[in-house]
Amino acid sequence: MKTYQQVLEELLQTIRPLVPQTMAIDEDTELVGSLGLDSMKVMNLLQEVEDHFDVSIPLNVLPDVRTVGDLARKIHEQLQAS
Amino acid sequence: MNLLDKFTPLQQARDQLKALGADPFNVVVEKILSPTEAIVNGHRVILAGTNNYLGLTFHPECIEAAVRAIREEGCGTTGSRMANGNYADHQALERDFADFYGKPYSVVFSAGYLANLALLSTLPGADDVILIDADCHASIYDGCKMSAAEVIRFRHNDVADLDKRLRRLKDRARRTLVVVEGIYSMFGDPAPLREIVEVKDEHGAYLMVDEAHSLGVLGDLGRGLAEAEGVDDRVDFIVGTFSKSLGAIGGYCVSPHQALDTLRYAARPYIFTASSSPAQIASTRVALRLLREGRDLRQRLWANAERFYRGLEALGCTLGPQLSPVVPVILGESREASLAVWKELLERGVYVNLVMPPATPDHRCLLRCSMSAAHTPQQIDTLLDVFAQVFAAHGLT
Repeated sequence: MKTYQQVLEELLQTIRPLVPQTMAIDEDTELVGSLGLDSMKVMNLLQEVEDHFDVSIPLNVLPDVRTVGDLARKIHEQLQAS
Repeated sequence: MNLLDKFTPLQQARDQLKALGADPFNVVVEKILSPTEAIVNGHRVILAGTNNYLGLTFHPECIEAAVRAIREEGCGTTGSRMANGNYADHQALERDFADFYGKPYSVVFSAGYLANLALLSTLPGADDVILIDADCHASIYDGCKMSAAEVIRFRHNDVADLDKRLRRLKDRARRTLVVVEGIYSMFGDPAPLREIVEVKDEHGAYLMVDEAHSLGVLGDLGRGLAEAEGVDDRVDFIVGTFSKSLGAIGGYCVSPHQALDTLRYAARPYIFTASSSPAQIASTRVALRLLREGRDLRQRLWANAERFYRGLEALGCTLGPQLSPVVPVILGESREASLAVWKELLERGVYVNLVMPPATPDHRCLLRCSMSAAHTPQQIDTLLDVFAQVFAAHGLT
């Protein structure tokens, strides 16, 4: 079972290619506010992340996801539940 | 930030459109002349963006039935189906739909939008799952928002992705409602329904198909994609609308499950709204009969779609994935450039829908065109001539 830290590291690696190289991202980076991802890009990112971790992230939880860390926590929860 | 500040960006976007000299989302039809022609901005235009697939909006029998119903039953019902708004004709139309589909249960709603809200907000409960195609219509997304169920998306028309997500759900797959559309409203592509049925059966899930754009369009009898693919008896809930091929306003659902009938007592979008007016029900009953008898209408529709699609293809337009009465002409990412093309088409007598992200399936704008059985070959040739001139002028061909 992956730890939260492992999930976070893998998530950061998945997101990095999608944003400009100069942009620093960490747990507290906001997906929309800081990375400037629009809703369509967020949905595409989610699909990539779901494939990577082999989980389905329910749309219902998205209102609670603001930062990279929030998303990592939701993925971790899904992995624990599966 | 006050209550109204959130509308500032939207108002700014609207002002920008106005500054460009056109608002594609507020076109006024000054006079409707026929299923395929209207007066807009003072001049005559050919309508090629209406969803009037069978062209029944002006059918004399539909009009006569509506007029008679208004005279005999009044303009409105002033009440819910659950109270004083449950007229004999509402029930007669439900029997018509049940008979048409060969299903024991049928419910009529006041709008297609409300049919999806009612089904999705009520059928799947707190411990259940709704698994929707990513390109599903806003009414399906809104129904999901109203539901207590967990909502998951799968990639558009990707059966392997659906299978993967059902597998992840394990035992909960048996408490899952898969939702797809007969024909998707933006790109006009059908769902791979036979494969979807196989996968949902393998996992023991339920299936709802929204035939809004495929009723009257697909299938020998016009019942939609489930009929065309020969899987009618393996779909749990078929939803549809009166507002496209049937030329009125309303929605319906048919099912082999008695739960659909029971849902009347639980679905808020069924209970807490007035029932359809007598005129709507009367014209829809006639339109449904014409649709059932209308193999010639379907043939004309598809012949028109082919003439238009092949013509645009010959012009070098970027089109949707396959031939369909919904013909998307895909433009670029620039909203301003797309608006200029749409505006010039309208000025030259062609009305189509301009669709911009996020309403489009990807980051590009598109001109959503739709064909009708009522278009004449001459009208289609005129449409193609205007497209050729405008696209050449904008460097698109």
